[in-house]
Amino acid sequence: MRRLKRNWQPLLAGLLTALAAARLPLTLPDAPAPIEGGMTIALIILAAALNVVLTLGDRGHAMRAGVLFVGAHIPAAMLLSRLDGNEGQMSASFFLMIAASWLLAWGTVSELAQIEPRSSTARSFLRLLIPAIFGIWILILWEAVTRGAGIPFILLPPPSAIGARIAGSVSVLWADVQQTIFKAVLFGYVVGCASGFAVAILADRFAFLRRGLIPIGNMVSALPIIGVAPIMVMWFGFDWQSKAAVVIIMTFFPMLVNTVAGLGVAGAMERDLMRSYASDYWQTLIKLRLPAAMPFIFNALKINSTLALIGAIVAEFFGTPIVGMGFRISTEIGRMNVDMVWAEIAVAALIGSVFYGVVALVERATTFWHPSNRGG
Amino acid sequence: MKPDSLKNRTLPVLTILVVIVAVWYVGAYFMNAPFQRDLDRRGNVTSTAMEFVGKTMAQPKPVLPAPHQVAQNLFENTFLRRVTSNRSLVYHAWVTLSSTVAGFTMGTLLGILIAVGIVHVKALDRSLMPWIIASQTIPILAIAPMVIVVLAAVNITGLLPKALISTYLSFFPVAVGMVKGLRSPELIQLDLMRTYNASAAQTFWKLRVPASIPFLFTSMKVAIAASLVGAIVGELPTGAVAGIGSKLLAGAYYSQTIDIWAALIAGSVLAALLVTIVGIVARIVDRSMGGRPA
Repeated sequence: MRRLKRNWQPLLAGLLTALAAARLPLTLPDAPAPIEGGMTIALIILAAALNVVLTLGDRGHAMRAGVLFVGAHIPAAMLLSRLDGNEGQMSASFFLMIAASWLLAWGTVSELAQIEPRSSTARSFLRLLIPAIFGIWILILWEAVTRGAGIPFILLPPPSAIGARIAGSVSVLWADVQQTIFKAVLFGYVVGCASGFAVAILADRFAFLRRGLIPIGNMVSALPIIGVAPIMVMWFGFDWQSKAAVVIIMTFFPMLVNTVAGLGVAGAMERDLMRSYASDYWQTLIKLRLPAAMPFIFNALKINSTLALIGAIVAEFFGTPIVGMGFRISTEIGRMNVDMVWAEIAVAALIGSVFYGVVALVERATTFWHPSNRGG
Repeated sequence: MKPDSLKNRTLPVLTILVVIVAVWYVGAYFMNAPFQRDLDRRGNVTSTAMEFVGKTMAQPKPVLPAPHQVAQNLFENTFLRRVTSNRSLVYHAWVTLSSTVAGFTMGTLLGILIAVGIVHVKALDRSLMPWIIASQTIPILAIAPMVIVVLAAVNITGLLPKALISTYLSFFPVAVGMVKGLRSPELIQLDLMRTYNASAAQTFWKLRVPASIPFLFTSMKVAIAASLVGAIVGELPTGAVAGIGSKLLAGAYYSQTIDIWAALIAGSVLAALLVTIVGIVARIVDRSMGGRPA
């Protein structure tokens, strides 16, 4: 039973491959470019699966993961390379084999997840490798299904087409990024976060202001603030200033609420210590309470990094000059150039992740002393 | 209610609100004054200062409508129109509400499902969790219009596309909160379950699920607000048919600023109502589970 539980992915993969081998060829009867070599792929998958189940049954996780990795990705690459010219003409056999290699990849991941390496470099490598395999397989399945089953390009373009589009229109994408990110998002993010922080300090100084602002701030953060976008476009015109204004409004309240919450976390003991040192309000604030509030402030910075992107792009739907990510998305949909839209989304996702990653790195550098970052 | 809550909570909040309304009025005067001055000069009208202030507050398409104009519009479109009329805000709010709730339900179920998978399957924990976090750095709202247009191209229209956007936005807080919640039982409690010889399913239903309920409701509050935003943005590209989002877009096209502000306030009221409802349900569930009021 334990053996079965450990080996169910390769076993099922073997079963699917046997089924697929019985139903060759890989293409439908009237495909324009019939292909050979289905048997070879099936044999590779079968060999890897049987090898893992029979001879490596009790070996270590790394060994099994390696064999499974090879057994999953070589057939997948071979299958994908045979798609050219046969879009929408693949038979059930093709999809069975894709499913089988996906199962082997799943097996790889669950083996890798069992490994507990001792050195920290190996551990962080593994922490990157496992999600990377997962991500690559999303792309492989996406490509195989969209092209193999001939899903309409408009509905979901394959990742290869999106990649080609990104490579082909770097200059347009770069102009959009400059307009949206470097002008609207960065300016709005800095001003919004800074003013939220400043008001939070004020609210901390004057208790009356805090009691009045915090309930309102909490309520506002649940509101669809994005709705002010058309108003801002009317006030500040079509260029980036109106988008920056939306970003400022969107990022202000999370910063305010989080900073005020963070300023409250320093314990009574530490405050008493500061008082016994005869330190005044500002010394206590800078030396004790602000450092203690850092995790909260960084939490707000992280939330805001996503909000800022969303705010700027959505605000561009309400009117822009003829450049900008939101503008590009809304016009290219109108022209049904979905691959350009997806290229724009991929760029936005990349920038969003980098933005988030930079904030996270700065956080780790400045709050290394905090329990949540000390590890262990 | 504590006796000092009037002094400590209501008074400050009311003060800030009064300040906001006052600033709003002053802002309305200054933002509308240039246009009104222009109008007066062309019409050769000379008005006293008081009359002029009154006029800046009564323009049909002001740059910034005064609060009472918005309130009046809100009142007319909420209470004086038939609820089936497409000028009624109740009608538009209903359209938005239905897709919000549909998306929220799907998102919550999806989030719970993902959380259960992550807690029980180690491979999923290691491979899926980073991607769930990465999925939220994608400005998904930005592609909401595309999802709508693309699904419309294959004849999927109406409620479902908008609900899908709400689903995407609401699954994340629920998934993250539930992972935390399902892992919140302490080691000593898990050990107790083991000494009872409880199966994995029993541990799940009798320990992990009850422990996760507070986390679930906290994240559901975030999720329902996110669903509403998703539904509103999802309505932007549908050619302004119905819903609060389309009301915003129509207002932007025809410069009906008062309509935009009224729609915004309607959306905010809707958000506050939804969050309150989730809060009330949370309290009821908490009480029926034997939770003590803190």
